[in-house]
Amino acid sequence: MQNASATRNDVRPRRPLRAWFDVRRRHMGSWAFAINRLTGLGLAAYLFLHLAVLSTLLQGEAGWDRFLQLARSPFFLLLDVVLIFGILFHGLNGIRVALVGMGVGARQHRALFWVLMAIGFVLLAYSAWKVFTI
Amino acid sequence: MAEVERTFRVFRYKQGQAAPSYQTFKVKAGPRTTVLEALQEIRRTQDRTLILRHSCHHASCGTCGMRVNGQEVLSCVTNVQELGAETVLVEPINNIPLVADLVVDMGGFYERYVDAHMPYIRQSEFEPDADLPEGIAQYTRYENCLECGLCVSACPVMGSTSDYLGPAALAAAWRVVAEPRGQDAGRAAEAALEWVDNENGCWRCHVAYECTEVCPSDVDPGGSIMALRRKLTGRKFRRLLRLER
Ligand code: SF4
Ligand code: SF4
Ligand code: FES
Repeated sequence: MQNASATRNDVRPRRPLRAWFDVRRRHMGSWAFAINRLTGLGLAAYLFLHLAVLSTLLQGEAGWDRFLQLARSPFFLLLDVVLIFGILFHGLNGIRVALVGMGVGARQHRALFWVLMAIGFVLLAYSAWKVFTI
Repeated sequence: MAEVERTFRVFRYKQGQAAPSYQTFKVKAGPRTTVLEALQEIRRTQDRTLILRHSCHHASCGTCGMRVNGQEVLSCVTNVQELGAETVLVEPINNIPLVADLVVDMGGFYERYVDAHMPYIRQSEFEPDADLPEGIAQYTRYENCLECGLCVSACPVMGSTSDYLGPAALAAAWRVVAEPRGQDAGRAAEAALEWVDNENGCWRCHVAYECTEVCPSDVDPGGSIMALRRKLTGRKFRRLLRLER
């Protein structure tokens, strides 16, 4: 198989985080890649947080009510909007990556990104409005 | 535009040193001075120990690739004044082992092709009968690709794994499939598809397209990777539906 002959040596050790997230002077695709990783990690962390929060149900009604009160604070509502951003970005960009990754619309991958992001923006604005007005 | 003075911050490293460092030089740059020329000027007049690779000075040998202000470029066609920055940061390309200063060891980059036992380096279509210098079996090229390694340096996935075949090799594999050439073209295309159809081949790419952005020679490695995937996806579907064996 291919030779894995080091792409790096000791003087310049591999820095994956930098390779993924240092997007200075990079282009749209790398920004999308980095934000996709961040939102992916964020969503995975959120899943556990969500389960932890749900487990307060085990403490009965009082514990849950306390949480609900907290969840209605503006700060928490803002976090909800951040969460929705994460879901929308990761999901919509995921559609682009899946399509382009199978060779569908590869030439238009940039346009595809902006169209999906425009849809995402509208959905985000609508959800944010709902989150704060319901 | 008149001559201007620029500060060059150059990556320095010699074998045996514990860590790389950066050294600053002041260089005068005229309206047409390139980064490569400025570095050669530093070598001539300020520090003869600075080493770098170059050959053609016109974007065709691919040896002068480096990162200038964080971006992969061919330094021979990068105009200093057009960078629009007072300080010019010059570093060797990434994801390829460092030899010294701005020089990296391209051995592994080429080995990827050799290891595949396939004609990734293909007989030139232009010079089949040319007189060959002694010791050279035939003139070969990866077609448009300059073998500069800029795409490998810019790829975020290459930055986290050395097993990935990388954009240049995958683009070369696609050429073999897309543009069959020579007697054994069919078999070569099959072998190329097989070579890339695994988790360190074309499926490893995360569609960042940074390779295509930095490629100085319109090879479009990102597009080639997607083309390989389209081909393989189509074939997998057809096999699933038993339309093809
Ligand atoms: S498109 Fe693929 S090969 Fe090209 S830079 Fe992105 S991850 Fe690397
Ligand atoms: S594909 Fe482009 S960037 Fe990559 S090695 Fe070839 S010429 Fe250089
Ligand atoms: S010196 Fe040949 S490409 Fe720059």
